Amino acid sequence: MNCIVCVASVPDTASVIKLRADGTGIDETGIKWIVSPYDEYALEAALQLTEAKGGEVTVVTYGPAGAEPALRDCLARGAHKAVHVLGGEKTLGDSFTIAKVLAAAIKDRAHDLVLCGVKGVGTDCSQVGQMLAELLGLPHVAIVTALEVGDGSLAATREVEGGKEKVECPLPALLTCQKGLNEPRYAALKGIMAAKKKPVDKLEVSSLGIQEGADAFYAVARFELPPAKSAGTIIQGENDPAGAATQLVKLLREEAKAI
Amino acid sequence: MAGILVFVEQRDGEIRKASLQAVSEAKRHGGAGGEVTAVLVGAGIGGAAAGLGAWGAAKVFVADNPALGLYSAEGYTEAVTAAAAKAQPSAIFFAGTAMGRDLAPRVAARLGVGAIADVVKLARDGDGFTARRPVYSGKAFAEVTTAGKRPQVISLRPNVFAAEESGGSAAVENLDGLGLSIRAVVKELVKAAGGELDVAEADIIVSGGRGIKGPENFALIKSLADALGGAVGASRAVVDAGWIAHSHQVGQTGKVVSPSLYVACGISGAIQHLAGMSSSKIIVAINKDPDAPIFKIADYGIVGDLFEVIPPMVAAIKAL
Repeated sequence: MNCIVCVASVPDTASVIKLRADGTGIDETGIKWIVSPYDEYALEAALQLTEAKGGEVTVVTYGPAGAEPALRDCLARGAHKAVHVLGGEKTLGDSFTIAKVLAAAIKDRAHDLVLCGVKGVGTDCSQVGQMLAELLGLPHVAIVTALEVGDGSLAATREVEGGKEKVECPLPALLTCQKGLNEPRYAALKGIMAAKKKPVDKLEVSSLGIQEGADAFYAVARFELPPAKSAGTIIQGENDPAGAATQLVKLLREEAKAI
Repeated sequence: MAGILVFVEQRDGEIRKASLQAVSEAKRHGGAGGEVTAVLVGAGIGGAAAGLGAWGAAKVFVADNPALGLYSAEGYTEAVTAAAAKAQPSAIFFAGTAMGRDLAPRVAARLGVGAIADVVKLARDGDGFTARRPVYSGKAFAEVTTAGKRPQVISLRPNVFAAEESGGSAAVENLDGLGLSIRAVVKELVKAAGGELDVAEADIIVSGGRGIKGPENFALIKSLADALGGAVGASRAVVDAGWIAHSHQVGQTGKVVSPSLYVACGISGAIQHLAGMSSSKIIVAINKDPDAPIFKIADYGIVGDLFEVIPPMVAAIKAL
């Protein structure tokens, strides 16, 4: 069971997002970078599968040199090897280009399963997995919250509005992993030491036949922060909660017209 | 290439509201200078097609096939791309539901183009659109295009665009001879007990956080949600504590929502939670701590004990 896990290095979810003065991107000063939280579920699923069935976990990222700690984190948790396609500064949010790069990096590496997170926390496009599946000619199951992998096939549960879909699918296949699928492990000290010796295959994106920025599918004109909100109406309800409740309902009905 | 093709989602033959919003938005933009067409996919669903005319579709392509009764990314991709081959649209719209968000990127990749997800505003720009979409879970917004590529594959966030009947009738054309090769097969759709409303599609959400003190007290949150006809949401803290299923989680690692009314009960307002709900139209906070960050983005709030505030609120709402 060989698994390939696609990961992204993203700003910590606790980050306060500020923009560069010219609005062309976020101000990265002081931002802590982490493995995108959903990718952790993908990695954990792959680690559990290879522990049970043998085979290797390869983590792949497409990102700048600064993404390497995210790969080392995955290696420290137990991934066997890593592929780092260097680049990505010009393709942030361009899901199709990212999928093309990943497809080119993955296609000749053995894979029974390709696993991604449901989305990269950041650009929040939630598209790379499906596009990658299409480019690799694989079936996919997205938003997976439960998984059983058998001999040559898998059974997965995926989350949809107001319910769940039970899906069966032959291997090889691609999955996008959602919170609830498992409890991701942390890296232990031993793993962190071992990760330093594990191989990271570094590739320039141009070596995959892709000229970054030459054939874009997504272009950002500008970034903006959300409009500032004016102060709300706050009722002190410690002494008269029932009165405050009645007043709030009245405001919601008559002023906000929300109920 | 001209016009807008809209993928219309149905469940049990009933058109989803978010899809009507997408058809209406296509119509409001005059089909980007061409026709608004729709594609409806499923089994035994032909009866719903003609009705889409009233919402602005001039033509509806129908893929009615027993193999398409339950959702299949591969099968539905086949149907949508077949409709696109006939309509030759300059844009393809999807409602940004679980299905639309899954299907749009697969369709785009099949057509050799990119896609823009989770759009909250569209502006006409020549024969195409510039789209506004939240990034970093709404901590910022990006104005984006498909860098000149056509068709533009775009998914629209549910409940942001209005659904409005414009009158009219639609021609119906069956899509026959689809080459279906479905490997990932949905065997069963298990609906949540009691037809529970999902936060992703609810127009009103009442959420509980640490301040509700224990899982049993979600009954209190649910009583307020029921009185308002809304869905029950939750903060990450209580989902991680196992008090309620992750499908209820609102925030950066849960669902990002934009309901018309969001009531946060006992939620202090961690940055990850605020990111997931700050684009709600009206935000109400109920919290004991007057310094809780949630009050900074609340339109209305009560500083008080939610256990003493919610029951009279429920009574007052029922008395309306």
